[in-house]
Amino acid sequence: MKADVAVVGAGPAGLAAAIAAKENGAEHVVVIEREAHLGGILNQCIHNGFGLHVFGEELTGPEYAARFADKALALDITCLTQTMVLDISPSRVLTVVGRDTGLCTIEAGAIVLAMGCRERSAGALMLAGDRPAGVLTAGTAQRFVNIEGYMPGREVVILGSGDIGLIMARRMTLEGAHVKMVLELMPYSGGLTRNIVQCLDDYGIPLKLSHTVIAIHGRQRVEGVTVAAVDQKGVPVKGTEEYVACDTLLLSVGLIPENELSRGMDVKMDAVTGGPVVDSHMQTSVPGVFACGNAVQVHDLVDFVTEEAQRAGKAAAEFLREAAETASDYATRAGYGIRYVVPQRLRKDGEKKTLFFRVSDVFKDCTTVARSGGKVIARKKRTICTPGEMESLCIADEDIVGSVVVSVEEA
Amino acid sequence: MSRTRFSWCGFFYCGKGKRLMIYDVAVIGAGISGAMIARELSQLNVRLCVIEAAGDAAAGATRANSGIVHAGYDALPGSMKARMNVRGNALMEKAAAELHVPYDNCGSLVAAFDDEEEKSIDELLNRGKENGVPVVKTSGAEVRKREPQLSDNIRCALWAPTAGIVSPFELALAAMENAAANGADVFFDSRVTAISKKDDVFSITAGANSVQARFVVNAAGVYADEISRLAGGDAFTINARRGEYVLFDKSHSVRTNCVIFGAPSEKGKGVLFSPTAHGNMIAGPTAEFTGKEDTATTREGLEAVLNGVRRYAPGIDRRSVITVFAGLRAMSDRHDFIIGESKTAPGFVNVAGIESPGLTAAPAIAEYVTQTLINLGINGMKKKDATRIRKPIEVFAHATPERQCELIAQDTRYANVICRCEHVTEAEIVQSIHRPCGARTVDGVKLRTSTGFGRCHGGFCMPRVMDILARELGQDLSDITKSGKGSWILSGRTKEAVE
Repeated sequence: MKADVAVVGAGPAGLAAAIAAKENGAEHVVVIEREAHLGGILNQCIHNGFGLHVFGEELTGPEYAARFADKALALDITCLTQTMVLDISPSRVLTVVGRDTGLCTIEAGAIVLAMGCRERSAGALMLAGDRPAGVLTAGTAQRFVNIEGYMPGREVVILGSGDIGLIMARRMTLEGAHVKMVLELMPYSGGLTRNIVQCLDDYGIPLKLSHTVIAIHGRQRVEGVTVAAVDQKGVPVKGTEEYVACDTLLLSVGLIPENELSRGMDVKMDAVTGGPVVDSHMQTSVPGVFACGNAVQVHDLVDFVTEEAQRAGKAAAEFLREAAETASDYATRAGYGIRYVVPQRLRKDGEKKTLFFRVSDVFKDCTTVARSGGKVIARKKRTICTPGEMESLCIADEDIVGSVVVSVEEA
Repeated sequence: MSRTRFSWCGFFYCGKGKRLMIYDVAVIGAGISGAMIARELSQLNVRLCVIEAAGDAAAGATRANSGIVHAGYDALPGSMKARMNVRGNALMEKAAAELHVPYDNCGSLVAAFDDEEEKSIDELLNRGKENGVPVVKTSGAEVRKREPQLSDNIRCALWAPTAGIVSPFELALAAMENAAANGADVFFDSRVTAISKKDDVFSITAGANSVQARFVVNAAGVYADEISRLAGGDAFTINARRGEYVLFDKSHSVRTNCVIFGAPSEKGKGVLFSPTAHGNMIAGPTAEFTGKEDTATTREGLEAVLNGVRRYAPGIDRRSVITVFAGLRAMSDRHDFIIGESKTAPGFVNVAGIESPGLTAAPAIAEYVTQTLINLGINGMKKKDATRIRKPIEVFAHATPERQCELIAQDTRYANVICRCEHVTEAEIVQSIHRPCGARTVDGVKLRTSTGFGRCHGGFCMPRVMDILARELGQDLSDITKSGKGSWILSGRTKEAVE
């Protein structure tokens, strides 16, 4: 099979990229999705809050995904579901396997990587104790509850206050489970403020900051966990250990961009984001290979995923036409208080750019600043910045005269 | 949900009521020892059954050890351990090939940093020579040539070319499958609580079953002492010595080609760092006495493992850890294997205290126990149609593209990838359920197909594996367990708990 643009993944990133590629002139666009349905992880995110920026509406996950899935089908984009990409060669040949295609190859003019991310597991945390049934990641629990219609347990402790953990605290409660507490290793939550309010405060679920689970107990099924307070280094404080009886431990302890396929193509990776190094057109270090969505950096709002993916899809179509002129490019850098900046490279193309970044700590009454050539080229006053909420700054193309450094300035 | 199901191979779930057949041999325990013994016995014209307390084979130490096939320089010369280790090492390659389980004869190094450790290497070299094991002393420079990622501070090492690695639970499961295919009955979820004898026949109460047999083999791991006591057999004590392990992702930046041991010293035996048969790197174990049900890992133990390995492999990265676990060694108070007919209980054969080198010794122990039973009077004739060969399992991910197309043409379920990290297909998972002594739990599928062994460690595939198990076994999704009775995964349907 041959395709102009092949998109890996039909979540919000893949669908928006495919649509943008089609709308910008790519004729044969193929989306490859391993699930049976289009929509990606949004299909199991049945809560609302998606689309505030893009549509000015508060949609549920499936509704948001459906807007893009319907459009993709209407635009005659080929959607291969229950099809898995096994490998991508550096010459842009995808090897896929699926019930409808069997084992086959797709030669693509351009590729957009939109594989999303996976959850960090209990084993990866080196969580000590027994290994009973009843320890699962919040996303897997969400799949059981929202897609399969089954409850993973009744008496629940949640480790990690990332958004998935917060959402599942509310979800399990609404289904009659007793969520005893949410524990967070850091002194601040990793999720959106509105989720803390709407998922914990509104349901009287305690949030214990600077706490963690130090052991799991139970031979066949979880019977309880030992929790403890931790110091600034995350080391458990002796004497603060407490046994909490429960039958379920949900983990929301980190999302990791899925990049096995990217690594297989020798795409240059960013060790901090866990995703590929991309430029302002979302192109990776391999020409003709673009990336977007959670595979590049873990996003909080799907609206920004859509915007990023549209840039990637448009650029993929332009790549085919060789319409993108070779332009000089500059690096972005994470300065004081910043953990990472995406995109890692900026192309001088006359267009204004948006820099996305996360801070490395909680900063109150601060200003986020972008500098280039020693001059401040953008700044934004913020009452609070936390690592759990992605930040952005817009910069003008003509202001980019050298590396662009993003930093935080405290009052 | 209990059910009695008879499959063509005579495999029973927790059956109810008395079994009328009197077996020639009942093997208690389906760990590596019991499994390999059962496999050997199943080649003969004997009525054979295996009785296992857990929901599947390889449930104890067999699924929680380093998978090393030891060369045999460590065991004390003249001991049963030494004899079984050396013989087992010699038999392992053929046994693995017959059972179609990958075996890698990668060799092992014992690394020494200082005078004290070099002395203990010399001691091991002497022991090795006495046991008839090929061992050679090598310099630090030679070590780094063979293993460039190891510490510059390694002064010298012992090199043992006959050591290797194998997946211990894959070997045990393959042996059980072979035994079941040859006609052995298997009783799972059947903990032995009483053994009596009348007219040369043992009566064993095991879970809901009552099993009768002329001979009994006690391969019950950490509980072998209690089982022996129940039968009026030899009095010995088994202490559980826990070992904790850390497993690294296949992409971990630090890898070795062979098994690396730290030299034994005053500080202890030293942790090992080794490739596994699946392509991961494993580090461990610790050694602490604990209760017979205590397979919990500890923060201190896991840190001790990492610190121990860092000494000779300084670059290890804890961010590449994908799982941690612990196993219980069955240490006998006689400090050696206890293998043989019990003096106080004729017909009752102990296979006790099988700690390291138990995995290596397993083929030799099976050979020895089978001969013991033949000497005691079981039928030593080969059973018609019995085979030593376990049908090979075709792994889609390892096949050539041409072969992958053929497989898909035979069965479209090969085109449905379930485990995204390891590329395990629906066809392989379905087969793992329906083979003799097949999977009935999530862990059962995991151990037979590597589903859930990868980066996401079951996060994506567990719901799908459960769907397939429920469909193939005719059960509801909420009946599917992680590893047998008690390890329920789903408490019920949504909306049930809401008033």
